[in-house]
Amino acid sequence: MPVGKRICALRVNGELREVAVEGTATLLEVLRYELGLTGSKQGCDEGDCGACTVLIDGRPALACLSLAVTLEGREITTIEGLAGPKGLHPVQDAFDEHGAAQCGFCTPGMIMSAKALLDRDPEATADEVRTALAGNLCRCTGYVKIIDAVRAAGARMKREQSERSPREPSSGGDA
Amino acid sequence: MAGVIGGKHRRVDGIAKVTGAAQYTDDLAPSRMLHARIVRSPHAHARIVSIDASEALAMPGVVAVITGSDMPIRYGILPWTQDEQALAEDVARYVGDGVAAVAALDERTAAQAAAKIRVTWEVLPALVTPEDALARPEVKINPLSKDGNVCKRVDLRFGDVDAALAGADVLVEGEYDFASTTHAAIEPHCAIAEWDPRGRLTVWSATQVPHYLHRALARVLELPEDRIRVIQPPVGGGFGGKSEPFDLEFCVAKLAQTTGRPVKILYTREEVFYAHRGRHAMNMKFRTGATKDGKLVGVASKILIDGGAYSSFGLVTTYYSGQLLTAPYRFPTYAFDSTRVFTNKPANGPKRGHGSVQPRFAFECQLDEVAERLALDPIELRRANALGEDATTVNGQKIGSNGFLECLDAVERASGWKERRGKLGRGRGLGVAGSTYISGTAYPIYPNEMPQSGVLVKLDRSGQVVVFSGVSEIGQGVNTMLALVAAEELGCALDAIRVHTGDTELSPVDLGAYSSRVTFMAGLAAIEASRAAAKLIREAVAKKWECTAREVGAAHGTIFHLDDTARRMPFAEGCQLAESANGAPIATGGGYRTRKVGGDYRGGSIGASPAYSFTAHVAEVEVDEETGQVFVKKIWVAHDCGRALSPVDVAGQMEGSAYMGMAEAIFEEHAVDAHGIHRGPNLLDYKLPTTLDTPDIEALIVESNEPGGPYGAKEAGEGPLHPSIPAIANAIFDAVGIRLRRLPFSPPRVLAALREQRTREAKKEQA
Repeated sequence: MPVGKRICALRVNGELREVAVEGTATLLEVLRYELGLTGSKQGCDEGDCGACTVLIDGRPALACLSLAVTLEGREITTIEGLAGPKGLHPVQDAFDEHGAAQCGFCTPGMIMSAKALLDRDPEATADEVRTALAGNLCRCTGYVKIIDAVRAAGARMKREQSERSPREPSSGGDA
Repeated sequence: MAGVIGGKHRRVDGIAKVTGAAQYTDDLAPSRMLHARIVRSPHAHARIVSIDASEALAMPGVVAVITGSDMPIRYGILPWTQDEQALAEDVARYVGDGVAAVAALDERTAAQAAAKIRVTWEVLPALVTPEDALARPEVKINPLSKDGNVCKRVDLRFGDVDAALAGADVLVEGEYDFASTTHAAIEPHCAIAEWDPRGRLTVWSATQVPHYLHRALARVLELPEDRIRVIQPPVGGGFGGKSEPFDLEFCVAKLAQTTGRPVKILYTREEVFYAHRGRHAMNMKFRTGATKDGKLVGVASKILIDGGAYSSFGLVTTYYSGQLLTAPYRFPTYAFDSTRVFTNKPANGPKRGHGSVQPRFAFECQLDEVAERLALDPIELRRANALGEDATTVNGQKIGSNGFLECLDAVERASGWKERRGKLGRGRGLGVAGSTYISGTAYPIYPNEMPQSGVLVKLDRSGQVVVFSGVSEIGQGVNTMLALVAAEELGCALDAIRVHTGDTELSPVDLGAYSSRVTFMAGLAAIEASRAAAKLIREAVAKKWECTAREVGAAHGTIFHLDDTARRMPFAEGCQLAESANGAPIATGGGYRTRKVGGDYRGGSIGASPAYSFTAHVAEVEVDEETGQVFVKKIWVAHDCGRALSPVDVAGQMEGSAYMGMAEAIFEEHAVDAHGIHRGPNLLDYKLPTTLDTPDIEALIVESNEPGGPYGAKEAGEGPLHPSIPAIANAIFDAVGIRLRRLPFSPPRVLAALREQRTREAKKEQA
């Protein structure tokens, strides 16, 4: 039963959301049950599968191991925060184009880890992509098309970066 | 032909999956929903003396508790072996057997309440190996076993195999152990039930078999089938692990009935491991004989299968362990004697390549030994024994199209086999293996004369096409397959199609996503339904154009005259003409009807399939002789899928299969200790391969054009896994000269085999 809840102000996908949470509530529980953001998946709830990966201040983090009350003032980005009015984020588009999503359950976490990598280095090599995604388990694809998709997305992000002013920071469709 | 089939397309559900919008079962939350947990046995074998739920029921937030007596009727996926109770009532038969379920306002309360349900146990002897279970027939593990703890024995002989082996120039004998492995789909099992006051039940479940679940719910809950609706949302991976009913589906249904509120159960990851139904552990003794020029003369096996506590698909598994080995090579004589035994462990069931991955490992390793003994190239040996197309196997199965030789050619070429094998230096090696698999089982699980797959196509005057089918989208891409077929046949744009699947209220029956049947059977049903609708459009347009229907074509949303392409109209206009001519909305149906195939003997229909796929692998490995680690560097997988309706998706199945086989070869083992407690029921200890553990995989699609398949297609989802394991085993032999016969090929086993090799060589030098 709910005991000792407190109001917690979380910035999720650029929006400030106030939620009443227990001290032990994980970010994953808050996203899925309180905010209705079910794109982040619960595959194990113990930090092994990576399906709940979100970005906290731009870095990949496991929502199932993060306590919501510790995240006030941080910038949380979920899979729902990537596509904008102009369409899919390049990583999402590449996953769709290359057949990198089969059952799709690992896909949101996989895309978030990939986005964090490509924001840092769109020219990441195949080995660097493998290392960056090593915390995200996929049971369908053998990772082949996922790695292809991430590299293709990186190439597109690089291209789009250089088409814009060179000083402008990288971004996808997110706010 | 509209040129859709065989092209590069995005999946119809791709955007929903990459944006997080796709709603899996656990993403659904009907209002007033309760959460439930199942109380599970901590003992591998124990009698339930009493269950006291009073403390749990007194907790604030707890709404209801049910136990075994609330659902006394037994069920099971096969009609002949109904040996499971939703919650065990008298005896728990493995650690993890459910005995009670509790519903509460939220998940945490349900979990706390489950821990407060007091079960008094009388512990019984636990038998966790098939050898122990056979040795102690007085300990009855399963209520249905008749002969000690034997679940099923199949002893079939084709020709005089003993005489053939006695006369063989080369006889290879060996004993092989395949460890149990599990599916470990990333989505845990989840189910939600809703009960409405009119007495109707709706169950949402992450299942591969909504139709069988529908039937089982009716049986166990004693409800007419017409009061039940099963909805299967997108499934986050199955691999056979969600292809029979599970306790949670009955528990949510009963709790919803009891409380009048929607109820959800989501398995914890630990529960997924205990639910299991994964690959059976098998001990396999194989004998293979050949002439001195490498022609096979006979193959014989004796197989002991660890069944776990319940039957599951075990009757079929026992047959499959022998029946599916008789291609792609010609066997003049063959015998197998397989016995599945009950043990106090989570039940084994079907995992990708059901029942046939294990013997394929043993046999393809034996072929490699035959080649070694005769100093033949292992690929040449396989070519020399290839069965060819339009052949009948020694056990009476009819092979139609057969691209096995092309598969061998493809992996030989791509891997640089001729130039590289045996020349990579000690520690590195290449290995080959081949296989076959069914494109669906010929007959339905419960005998009946109705179509095994049904598809409805509805046209709308807007030009929108809706395809309804009972198939289950589990990630294999079946929804996209249906849309491609409809677009091909109707000539509408792919985007004009909506696909509704996996809902027993909206869609006609399909038997489920198992035994690699879906593209073949639902594909043919979709062609039939779409052609019937297309015919109505063409006839209506022909009438307007005063030509024959044969002269009317359609592609990519435009209808045109085949000889005078200036005469054209949008697809929607054709739909309007057809609806006008028909005087009623257009909705057409198609079905896949059972084809009578198989051998004429008891069991001859098991392993019978309308078509067979073929695969060859070459694996490249590196063995670290200091640590005993095997690194799979690359896998080339060539697969004859008949025709690739969507090459991206076929390649995806091949890559995923090769990965999953590699995982079984090197990393994974679903093992329990002497008390039946799982040795690592989480995704870390179970060693699911990551991106860093998975080699490069190159998929080489071979198309043999199966005359009976949809546009020539056969299966691609399970066959490509089979050769992974023996190809790796054979590559290890090529690298360091050891024959590994026990899975997985873990460092201690590799080091032990290398030590044995050194001892053997030292003795040879002394002699």
